[in-house]
Formats: sequence, structure tokens, C-alpha cells
Amino acid sequence: MQTWLDNLIARGAFGHNPPRELVYAIGIAVACAIVLFAVAVPFASVVTWVERRVWARIQSRIGPNRVGPNGFLQWLADGIKHVCKEDVIPAEADARLFKLAPYLVVLAFILPWAVMPFSSALILADLNIGILYMTAITALTVVGVLMAGWASNNKWSLIGGIRSAAQIISYEIPAGLSVFPVVLITGTLSMQGIIRAQGWLPNQWFIFANPFCFAAAVILFVSSLAENNRTPFDLPEAESELVAGFATEYSSMRYLFFFMAEWGNMFIAAAIIVTLFLGGWQFPRVSGSAVVMNALEFVTFNLKVLFLVFVSMWIRGTLPRVRIDQMMSLCWKYFVPISFIDLIGTAVWVAIWPDGNPIAAWMMLALGVAVAGLFVWRVVYFTKRSRMELYFHPTI
Amino acid sequence: MSTLRTEEMTLNMGPQHPSTHGVLRFVIKADGEVMREAIPDVGYLHRSIEKIAEKVGYHGFMPYTDRVDYVCAMFTNQGWAMACEKLAGIEVPRRAEYCRVIATEFNRLASHLLTVGLMGMDIGAMTPFLHALREREMINDLIEELCGARLTFNYMRIGGVGWDLPPGWREKAMAYLDHLDPILDEFNSLFSYNKICIERLANVAPITAEDAINYNLVGPNLRASGVNWDVRKDMPYSVYPDFEFEIPLGSGEWGTTGDAMDRYMMRIREMVQSSRILRQALTRMPEGPVLARVVRNFKPAAGECQIRVESARGDQGWYVVSDGTSYPWRVRVRTGSFAAMGIIQKLSRGLMIADLVVLIASLDVIAPEIDR
Repeated sequence: MQTWLDNLIARGAFGHNPPRELVYAIGIAVACAIVLFAVAVPFASVVTWVERRVWARIQSRIGPNRVGPNGFLQWLADGIKHVCKEDVIPAEADARLFKLAPYLVVLAFILPWAVMPFSSALILADLNIGILYMTAITALTVVGVLMAGWASNNKWSLIGGIRSAAQIISYEIPAGLSVFPVVLITGTLSMQGIIRAQGWLPNQWFIFANPFCFAAAVILFVSSLAENNRTPFDLPEAESELVAGFATEYSSMRYLFFFMAEWGNMFIAAAIIVTLFLGGWQFPRVSGSAVVMNALEFVTFNLKVLFLVFVSMWIRGTLPRVRIDQMMSLCWKYFVPISFIDLIGTAVWVAIWPDGNPIAAWMMLALGVAVAGLFVWRVVYFTKRSRMELYFHPTI
Repeated sequence: MSTLRTEEMTLNMGPQHPSTHGVLRFVIKADGEVMREAIPDVGYLHRSIEKIAEKVGYHGFMPYTDRVDYVCAMFTNQGWAMACEKLAGIEVPRRAEYCRVIATEFNRLASHLLTVGLMGMDIGAMTPFLHALREREMINDLIEELCGARLTFNYMRIGGVGWDLPPGWREKAMAYLDHLDPILDEFNSLFSYNKICIERLANVAPITAEDAINYNLVGPNLRASGVNWDVRKDMPYSVYPDFEFEIPLGSGEWGTTGDAMDRYMMRIREMVQSSRILRQALTRMPEGPVLARVVRNFKPAAGECQIRVESARGDQGWYVVSDGTSYPWRVRVRTGSFAAMGIIQKLSRGLMIADLVVLIASLDVIAPEIDR
């Protein structure tokens, strides 16, 4: 982007000899605004509609279908409703912290978009510490959530906040450790660098690079569910136990901020996994035009991410919630040791085969296909056994 | 180094709380996530239903019995009708008894479906709840055709039932039962045998057989602890001796005998047995009238009687005292949920807050039944 701005300055687009830093600052601000308002917020909002529709189908309901075609504008109606509602701040609450908390949560959801690698060119800042930045910033959520829980001056909120803090901090460890096998293989922390080290074919993705990476990818996915308070780890806002957890006392737009951040974080978590393990935006070189290639890469990246988001919705529609001690024992007794083994195993693997082992990659891919095939077979088997009529009406 | 000072936290769960199944209140003393004690506070839903009986007379009280336990109102209907019949010595036509069994067993299915669904919801899975309610809606449709109401049925009368089965209803009911059996299998593989579900329910708040008897638990909660007591078998009423069915007992298959998983599975297994009873009742139904001749000004002779009905929430007792006038002198209902509330305080010690929700759901406590 810097070169592009330099070109514009050289061509005199901003007048004769403008202050270079000012142009950069404005350029960054405009780009941020575009990413924020054109990608982040619409995604987080539209995905609420998608989730409600997907969830409704899993539960044999119809879901929202009144506002706009197939209820597509439901998110807009919800947003307007929330903005119009009264913003209640409880008299006993710590008003300043109470107001500040949602902004921190939203900040943790907006900042990662700066290093989101949508395509080979569409990235705001290809930081050389991209993936580290991403994991660091997303962990900022815990501050906002804990603040919300404390400032509400409500015991249920406090329990929700504490649960969330315990959960996010615990699962940061396996999630962080699961990133490092890929870093060991590529030797870079840059998002684009990691994606460029992979190819568009599945056997070139890092998830199939070796068995340790496969395990790391699974752990990263489950940990990201836990970090984003998604089922089966949605204890901080367990509605049947804690009313609404840390968000109990919130209303109006502040309440919406929490949930916008939650849904947005789903996209971010999925994007991290796609970048690290699923080949990112890699697409075969079918066209010489950079615009066409970038468009194709953008679509590829988003489809992969949305598939993972869909899996997370699917899990939410299927599984019950675990208890807090079970969640903690899963993290500390299983995930942390396994991710250490992954790290060491990958290090040994890289020492033996510095350029990767293509035979192992093909075998891992075959294993993955076999697992997927088994899954499809089970679905077909149970669908037949249940003798339920199946309905395929995507537009009810 | 001085130790960190910690305090017990007193939490107020309810009366408005999403998982207390109505208006219930618990005062929880908690140390972080672990409870020291949960003290149930009942009385938020007291509507003086027993007192109302003394003012509205025998026939007039029937609609009020629906409100005692609105999740399985057929049983309270039946309890009241049976008590009055016993007082006055009325013989109920055989077809009416079959109608009663069919209606109550369908109601038991509906009630248990709600219970297992709510169990899913309370441990954070919305889907089982909606799948269970989908099936319950179909039962409600059937019962609506039978008596015109979906929740507060007012179907039974002193001396029989209000209406005979509508034409074609029997085939519909059979078709529904054929549909239900595979659905129960599907429900089990979706939810009951799910690893997380078993982890959450097994070994939670086990009740020993001795405790279950001492705390006067009834119905599925009692049988989950391994005590074989079912009014339908042990003190047969209505036409239950005609049917073959088993009484499922808790065996601690997943953990300890009498834990939440046993209590939960008890409902699933009872549904299978209810379906069995319904098939037999629907095929063997005799012809005849459905209502005995009962005078409008119903005045049983002075005296008292006590009857027991096996409702979805267990052994329901009705005690009626008549003084020979057209109004009962005293009515008393003994319900399963009230007994279940008694044991919560004992069981809650050392549980986690999340387990209290499981405990309440597994005991199948319905708020209006506690207080009447």
C-alpha cells in the first residue's frame, strides 16, 4: 500500500509536494475505515442472520424470514432496535468501567483485521509478526469481559466474567502453542509468508504436512471455540446457569457490541486456522490479470473461512455445554501436553525433512479424506434410519 | 505469609431465573463455583387451589385441577375424578377407563418429552429441546382433537370422560406411536449418549435408595434410585392390570445408581413403556358408553377417601373429606415435585452451580405443582 501511495504522490494526486506522513496517516485511516465498515461489521452482523438460519434448520424450525428476502435484513432490524433502546446503566454499577468494557471488546475484534490476509494484495499491513499480533490482540477480549463482569456489580455477571477470564487465559496456551509448529516449518511469523509457503493443493497445506500439524490444527480449532465463548465452551454466558453471564446488566448498543465482537471473532479465529493450516488464499494461477487473481483469492479465502464458521455453528446446534472443571481439565490435562508434543514432534520432523515429506503429506490427505468419507457415510446411515422426511427448501 | 481472606458468596437464584422452570427461588451459598448449600424457597406460585375446591363444588373443581400440574393435567383430572367416584361409589364404564388410560399415557409422553428437552436446554443444548417439543406438539394436536385443549385439558368427568375418541383418532394415534419409536432412538443418539451429556449427568447428585425413601421421593426419581414402586403395578387402578408393561429401574449404568443420568434415562425408558401401553389400549378398546350417569347436584355421603395416581411426576395422592353437602369439606393434594424440592438442600452440598441446574432438571420439578 505504501508503494501505491508513493506512486499517487509522485503523480501529484495530492497537490505539489504534500507532507508524506500525513498522506500515509490519512491513507491508513481510510483503509481501516473501509475494512471496518465494509468487511468487519457487515460480516459480524450478517453472520448473525446466517447463524440463526443454520441453527433453525438444525432444530427443525424456520428461523427469521420476515425482514427482507428470507429475513436477510434481520441483522439491520436488530441493530436499529438495539440502537433505539434505552441504555441502562445500573445505579450500583461502576459507571466508567461499565461504559468502557464494550469498547475494549470491540477493539479486540477490530484490530486483528489489520493483518487479515484476504488475498495476495488485499492486506492492510503485512506485519513481520502478523500471527503473533493476531493472537495477542484477540486475547484483549478478556480484559473487556472481566471489566464488564466486575463493573456490573452483579454476582452472576461477576461469575461470568471470572469464568471467561479463566477460560480465555487457559486456552491461550494450547492455541498459542499450536501456532508454532507452522512457524517452525515456515520460519516466518508473517501471515502472507505463511500462506506463500503453502500451495493451492490440499497436500501442500500445513494441516497435512505431518501428523503433529494435524493434531495442532484440531487443538487450535477447539481452543478458538473456547476463546470465543462458543458452544460447547459457552460457560461465560451460560443462559441456563448465569442468566446472561457478563452481559446480564447490559442493554441497548453496548449489549450488541459484545455479541458483534463474538460473531466477528468467529471469523477471525477461522481466518487464523485457514491461514496457518488450510492454505489461506492460495489459488491456481489461471489468469495473468492481478485483479482477477486477487478476486479469486479473496473468494477462496472467504469460502474456507465461512466453512469453518459454519462448522462452529453446527457444533453449537449439536453439543451441550461442558462444566467448568471439565473444561479446565480438558485444557490442562490434554491440550497443553499434546500441543507441547506437537511442537517437539514438528521440530524433529523439520530437522529430519527440512523441505517436508511429500509421501507423508499424501498419506495424511488420504487419512483426512477417509475420515470425511466415514462422516458422510454415518450421516447418510442415520438419516435413513431415522425414517424422517427430509425437506430441502433453502428459501422458506 | 498471611492467608488470603475469602468470603462465602450468597447468590439469589430466582424467582426470575431462566432455568428454574417457573417461579422457584434458591438461596445459594457458594465458594466460587462450588456450592456450600442451596436452600429452596417455595411458595411463589401458591394459588389456594385446594381451598377453591371447598367453594366451587365437585363438578366445578375439575377445570381447577388442570392448574395443579399444567404439564400433565390429565393425571390431576383423573385423580380428582377417581377420588369423587370412590366417595360416591360410582362405577366407571370400561370404555371410559380406556379413554382415561390413553389420555393420561399420551400426557405422560408429552410431559416426559418436555422434561428430557428441558434437561438438554439446561445443560446448554437448544436442539434436543426443540426436537422434543416438536414431538410434544404432535401429542398436543392429538389431545386437542380429543378434548379441545392443548394444555389445561378438563377432559375427565366424575364417572367417566367428557368425550369419546373422535372418528379416525385411533389410527392417527397409532401412526404417531409408529413415528415416535424411531424418534426416541434418534433422540438418544443425538443427545442421551453424547459424551458431553453423559459427562455432565453421570455421577451428579446420586440419591441412595434409602435416602429416596426417607425423603419421600416418588415416581421416576424414586425408581432411578433402584426402588421398585409404581402405583400402576403395585396398587393397580383403572384398567392397568390389563396391560403388559415393565417398570424401568435405575441401574447406575453410566455412573452411580440414582444419579442425574439415571433419573434422565428413566424418563426415556418410561416413554418406551408408555408407548407400549398405548398400543395395547388402542387395539383392545371395548365399545360402550364413556360417562356413567351422575347427578348434577353431586352429593357424596359423608366420609373421606384417599386415592393414588401414578402421574408423570410420580405418586400423586388425593385426599377428600365430604360432609354430605355438595361442596367438599377438605381437599388435599400430595404432589411429587414438593417431595423432590425437599431433597435439594441435602444434595446440593458440594455441587457446582452448573450442577444445581442439572439437579433441578433431573428431579423434574414443576413449579405450580409444588405450591398448588
